[in-house]
Amino acid sequence: MTLRWDVLAAILGMVAATFLCRAGGYAILRVTRPPPFIQAMLQHLPGAIFVAFLAPALAQGGWPAWVAGGSALLVQALIGRMALSILTGVGVLWAIQALQW
Amino acid sequence: MTTATFTRAGFRRGAQAAFGLTLGLAPFGLVVGMAADAKGLSLLETLLMSALVFAGTSQLVALQLWSDPAPILAATLACLVINLRLAPMGAALAPALDRLSGLRLWGTLAVLVDNSFALMVTEIRAGRRDAAFLLGASLAMWAVWMVTTLLGHAFGAAVRLPPDHPVFFASVAALMSILVPLWRGRSDVFPWCVAGLLALAAQGLGLGAPWPVLAGALGGAATGAALDRHRDRGRA
Repeated sequence: MTLRWDVLAAILGMVAATFLCRAGGYAILRVTRPPPFIQAMLQHLPGAIFVAFLAPALAQGGWPAWVAGGSALLVQALIGRMALSILTGVGVLWAIQALQW
Repeated sequence: MTTATFTRAGFRRGAQAAFGLTLGLAPFGLVVGMAADAKGLSLLETLLMSALVFAGTSQLVALQLWSDPAPILAATLACLVINLRLAPMGAALAPALDRLSGLRLWGTLAVLVDNSFALMVTEIRAGRRDAAFLLGASLAMWAVWMVTTLLGHAFGAAVRLPPDHPVFFASVAALMSILVPLWRGRSDVFPWCVAGLLALAAQGLGLGAPWPVLAGALGGAATGAALDRHRDRGRA
């Protein structure tokens, strides 16, 4: 159970940087009322962030990732249980990889 | 609409809502624990990092850069760049945060993660603005994060899963399932397509994290805002 000073300093730097990101966006919004266009953008941001995160991840995984991701989406849309949706995505990818070998 | 801003019941509902999503986080926590062990971090150092940073991708990237002595500046910059995507998320949660102050406000923001953000957005859209829901969801994810990084550090060397193992797809699958409650109807089609295409284009240009995500997110959101304005003018 060691705790080295250099490691602690690096961790605290990471914590400060991450907190700045988490709190900074809202802190700016709290002191300056943004123009209507920015407020409208914030309404659209949630979906856009996750799509922008997922598209490159799926592209990197190729067609098996698209099929597995699509299955997770479908299960969530039909049944609405996130745990089941995640298990389906992993299971489908697993099955495709097993069949390919 | 409820006027409650921070209730125990909201906290509990948030934790329950996040529980299913923790399945998507668990394999990721294991990987971070394994990576920390491989870089020679002690269990105490690993848990301290996971407890206080609590942002998986940035932890993983920082650990890939890790050296002895620890890379203080590089690890800090990695977190700053990769977690930049959290800044607009906090801003988008303003309807739930505006009536808070002090520790409740900044403490809730301090543990904000992608998944709890998405759950809180669906709460806000349903007319509920209890920010304790967000804190409950975040802390449920945090608890699972701590347990899985601990397990990864303790047993990672014995398991040794290849990096393309399907288990690691769980975090992507979790975000796929999050898209369903975030979907508001046909007006989302075009902004979402723009977001995806811009992210792919940024990746195609060889840009690393967080630029594909930020380019796609801001471009997609701007497209949505422009379409809203166009629609409102058409109606006026």
